[in-house]
Order: sequence, then C-alpha cells, then structure tokens
Amino acid sequence: MTQMTSSTGGALQVAAAGDPTTIRSKRGIAARLTPWIFLAIPLALLITFTFVPVGNMIWYSFTSWNGINPTKPFVGLQNYVDIFTKPQYWQVFAVSLYYFAASFLQMALALYFATLLSFNTRFRNFFKGVLFFPYLLNGVAIGFVFLYFFQPNGTLDATLAAFGLGDQTQFWLGNPDLVNVSLAGTSVWRYTGLNFVLFLGAIQSISSEQYEAAELDGASKWQQFRYIIVPGIKRIISLSFILAIAGSLSVFEIPYIMTGGANGSATFVIETVQQAFVYRKVGLASALAVVLLLIVIVSTIIQRKIVPDEKVDL
Amino acid sequence: MATKRVLATIGVLSIGVVLAGCSGGGDSANNTIDGTPEGEITVLTNRTDIVDTTFADYAAAFEEKYPDVTVNFEAITDYEGEVATRLNTDDYGDVLLIPNAVTKDQLAGFFEPLGTVEELSEQYRFLTEQAFGEDTYGITITGNAQGIAYNKKIWEAAGVTDWPTTPDEFLADLTAIQDSTDAIPYYTNYADAWPLSQWDANRALTGNADATVDLVSMDEPWSEDSGDSHYIQDSLLFDIVNQGLSEPDPLTTNWEESKNLLGSGQVASMLLGSWSITQLQEAAEAAGGSAEDIGYMPFPYEVDGTFYSSISGDYENGINVNSENKAAAWAWIEWFANESGYAAENGGLSPLVDGESPSTLADFETEGVEYVEVAALPADQATLETDIASAAEIDLTGGVYRQELVDVARGAADGTKESFFDDLNTRWAEARAQFAR
Repeated sequence: MTQMTSSTGGALQVAAAGDPTTIRSKRGIAARLTPWIFLAIPLALLITFTFVPVGNMIWYSFTSWNGINPTKPFVGLQNYVDIFTKPQYWQVFAVSLYYFAASFLQMALALYFATLLSFNTRFRNFFKGVLFFPYLLNGVAIGFVFLYFFQPNGTLDATLAAFGLGDQTQFWLGNPDLVNVSLAGTSVWRYTGLNFVLFLGAIQSISSEQYEAAELDGASKWQQFRYIIVPGIKRIISLSFILAIAGSLSVFEIPYIMTGGANGSATFVIETVQQAFVYRKVGLASALAVVLLLIVIVSTIIQRKIVPDEKVDL
Repeated sequence: MATKRVLATIGVLSIGVVLAGCSGGGDSANNTIDGTPEGEITVLTNRTDIVDTTFADYAAAFEEKYPDVTVNFEAITDYEGEVATRLNTDDYGDVLLIPNAVTKDQLAGFFEPLGTVEELSEQYRFLTEQAFGEDTYGITITGNAQGIAYNKKIWEAAGVTDWPTTPDEFLADLTAIQDSTDAIPYYTNYADAWPLSQWDANRALTGNADATVDLVSMDEPWSEDSGDSHYIQDSLLFDIVNQGLSEPDPLTTNWEESKNLLGSGQVASMLLGSWSITQLQEAAEAAGGSAEDIGYMPFPYEVDGTFYSSISGDYENGINVNSENKAAAWAWIEWFANESGYAAENGGLSPLVDGESPSTLADFETEGVEYVEVAALPADQATLETDIASAAEIDLTGGVYRQELVDVARGAADGTKESFFDDLNTRWAEARAQFAR
C-alpha cells in the first residue's frame, strides 16, 4: 500500500512537469490501479460484512448497550472486569474440555481411517463416502436426529437392548454426568469426516514411490505409517490441532439445539447468546465474544511457537 | 480504458447500494392514524401455522371493508428473536406484535401512540401492558387466563373430582395419579424452556392485583413470608419434580408431542395459559378422545374460598412509527380486535371490554374463579422489573432459571430448595440495590 502511494505520487509529479512521457505514465497509473479496481468489490464486501461488524462488536464491548436502546452508554472496561471477576462466566470453559478431549478421539479415528483407506482396501470409495457423509448433514438436522437417538427407549437404548445390554441404558441427556459426553460424542460423529478428508488428501499427496521404496526395503505397514505418513502430513495434523482448540471453545449448534444449554451443558458461545438475547446485555456479550476471539488467537500463536511451520522433507 | 471505467463504476455503485440500504424513509405530515385508510401494509405475525389460511381470510374480509388497503403478511418462526433485532432498522412491517424485549420507555421510539389509556379503556382491555405515561401503544390480539390444563379422565380415574385448593393438595392428587394410573402426573416441558415461563404468568394467584409493584419493592421474593407468587409457584414446581411426579427424563421433552400425551392421557397435567386449551382439545380429538377430556383448573391456591386467575393480554398489535400508511395500519388493528374473531377462535378472552367469555373457560365461570389483571408498574418505574431481572440474570419471564430449579429438584445439580432460593434472593437484592431510587 505504502509503496503504491509513493510511486503514484511520483508519477503525478512527472505528469505535472509536462514531461513527454506523460502518456506512458498515465498508462502506468492505470496499470497499477487495475488490481485495485478488480479488488474493489470483494474488498467492499469484506469490509462491510466482516470488518465493520467486528469493529462494532469491539465498540459494543465497551458499552452497556441492551441491544435495542438508541443510546449506547460507555462503561469503559467494566464488562471485561465483570468477565474476569465473576466465576459464572468462566465455569463454562469446563464444558469445553469435554469437546477438547473428544477432538483427540476424533483426530485419532480420522487418522486411522484415512491411513486404512489410503491403501488398497476393498470398497474404499464406498467407505470414504460413509465416513464423510455426516459432515454434509446440516447441524440442525444432526441435533434432531441425535435427540431421538438419546431419548429414553430411543435408538441407542433399543440397540443396547438388542445386544442384551438393556440394563445399561441411561438418561443420556438427563444425567448431568453424561450429558456433555453424549453431546461431545455427537460432535465427534459429525466432524470426523472433515478431519478424515483433510488427512486422506494429505496422505494421497505423498508420492507412491516412497511407499514402493519402503516396501522394497522391507518396511511394515506400521513403519510406513510412522516414518512416511506421519511426517508427511505433520502440517495437516497441526492445523487440525488448531481447529480442535478453536472448535472446542466455540461449540454451539449441537448443544444449543439438543439441550439449549440446560443441565450444565452450556458452552461459552451459548452463555454469550444468553447474555445477549435473554438478559439483553449485548455489551457484556460482545466482550465475551472478544475474549473468545483473543483466546483463539493466543492459542494459535502459542501452538505455532511450539510446532513451527517447518518445511517437510521426506 | 472504457472497460476499466465500467468496472470502477460498478465498484462504486455496489458500495452505494450497500450504503443506500442504511438510510431510512421519510415521514409526511398527514401520515397519522386518523387519516383515510389506504395503501399497502405489511403485518408481521408469529402464527406461521395459519398465515396462509385463517389470516388470508382475514385479509380478504378486511380488504372488502377497506378496498383501498392491501394487506400482506410476513410470518416469522422465531418471532421474538428476529423482530427484536429488526427493530434496529426501520423495516419491521407496518403492524407488528410488540416484542417483549422492548421496554416501556422505548415504546415511543419504535411505535406510534394509539391514544390515551383513559379514552381507549372504554372499549379495550389490557391497555396498560404496552403503555408508557398516558399513551398506549398496543391493542392485544387475545387475552389469556392462567391455570393448569389437565386430562379429566385420568384425574377421575385417580379418584380426584374436586379442584385442589392448596399446593399440598395438588401434590397429593398427583401422587394419587402416580399410584393408581399409568400416566405421568405432571409434564414440565423442560427442554423447550418457554413452557416453564408460563409459571410466571400466575402472579396474581393470591388475588393481589399489585403483585408486580410489590415484587420490585421487595428484596427477597423467594421467601415464605414475602407473600410473592414466585415463592409459591417455584416451590410447587420444585416439589413436583423433587417428589418424582414429573417426567423421568426432562431433557428429551417435546412441546408438540406433549399436547398428544396430555390429549391421550399419558400425561395428566401441565401448567399453561388458557391459550393452550383449544390446541389440547384438538390433540385429544386426534388421539381418539373428545374435547371434553381436557379440563382447566386455576392454580391450586384458594384464598378465603376463592380461586384467582391472572389474566393478561397476549402479544399486542402496534404500529411501526416509520410506517407510511399509519391510518391503514390502525384500521387493521381495530378491525382485528373488533371483527376478526381471532380471540374467540383461539379460546381466548376478548380484547374488548364487553366481549364474551370463551367457552373454554366455562368451568371458571361456573366455579366463580375471579379474574385479576395485574397492574403495570407506574411510569417512573416502568423498566424497573426488567432492569432488576436482567442485572440479576434471573429470567422471570423465561425458562433458564426454572430449568436450573428443576435440575436442583431432581438432584442433577448441587443444592437444595433453600440454597437455590437464597441464591435467587441474594442476586435479586443486589440487582435491586443498583436501581433503587
């Protein structure tokens, strides 16, 4: 941007001096402007729909606005002080731990299936479809499907009974010790497909010569996995890790639809929504959203420091 | 070069279009509610179920009377949430149901005054619900009485024929139903949350018309000697759940399904406003029973031999202050209250002072249940209750804190009734201190 401005300024000076190269300079300006003209529409959309709302949100977080009042009283850092001094806003992070733990299970499952299906397995395309299918479903639909799944005498209980485990049935959502496990399980079912496709894509981009060479040297499948696949897809694994942290902090759809945050299943985002739309504390809710944004940014930076984005050499 | 100019122009135009969306329309001097009804109006409604049937008939009848007016409907599923957000723009229809999120001091900013409470009260009920100062901003679409819907066959099967007169008697009756029938005695509708908010509507259960005024002047509504309805209501809800008289897994309840359960006698009772009676009767008929199976009793709290039922307006129709056809909008509101028959069709109390009592509340009439309209807060305290409730994070008119109450009662969360009520009292008192005048 700076470079562009200064060089445009230079061109204008040349033009003003009546230099014979005026025409060429004009063309030069036009040539430099062209990309900006192409960018005008996407930039206008990006600014209107992303940066202005985020800017507004940050501004609201310093007010005690209730969401409809024409005035937005400025309260300085009061909302942030409230968030960091009242434990009720922090307790919800405990719920995120369930989803964070579940995301490791999810990555392990995805990596296992991706590795398995990267070899010549029978019906591999069919299984790829089966594994990816849940991700294509709408989150609201999944919420309702699993609501019936977890109901007393619902699908899960019926399945357990069919295997003679009828006495193991529980109130999967009603039991406060189980509700978050059930919900996190639903989340794993939904997102394993996405991780799976990311891993599979990365694995398939590894040249097949590597496997052939390894096989000639007598490497077992496990050794191929350990010394070719894992180093080869390290970047995707670390990306998935960042997504897992961000994802487990911002879980919303599934618990919101299935329990509405009741029975101790409220996540950070549900808490934010309740503050904004139940208690009409839009200022406080905006501050919560800003805190979440900062936590995600900080955890990403820390993760990048621990696992640097080095170039992979096989 | 020319192409580039065109592209640049498109870029500038697209920004212009985005910005144009933000500017509002004008307001001419003769655009008042007293003018001649003409033009096109948009009516926002939450009745997505009947917007294309009953409402279309209303529009036809209305347009016959006012040929210069065209009525369009916009039905919104998440009415409360969506419209409260849309109020930030100018575009929220011409006639709309005033969202609960709007506090009384904000009414004038969004809605057109319809007249003073005094002069309109000769004709309409429930005017103070959306009034600020002397002016009222909304006419109700229908009125509700409060009580408990029950399945008569199940209650009779358990040997209960008289309405319980105290909460303890009610609990004893539910226990009898538990012991002698297969029905679930009481259904909380916990998962949908909003049915729990119906408890709050029984504020005048002791016959106190000033229940709301008293509520904002006390520090401990959830204590036995406060005399506040919330202690009585929430105690009863707690005891029902605590004694195992409600559904076993509250997390998987379903409102639509609950109507069938009550209609078919799998559930014996649910606390709901009188608006629910017609829907429950339909469910009973669909389940092979008859509309007669559905009974409606007042809150089990008799004072000196009299039951009291709180009555209140449902949503109120208001006029968008930015509307370009205010006269037509006002004509629609008056027509809707006077001639549409909406209240009667829905088994509700008429918005008219001299309107007839609906057949759904016939038992209330014969038993002499007294209707009490809870007085609104005075203008200088108009927002006090919502201010305190929001600051205390106790959603009196919502379901979140009652869900927590149910969790404590069924042992899914730590605490006892006393500790839970103490916590509510502490939060209420602290929030009240912030707004004390």
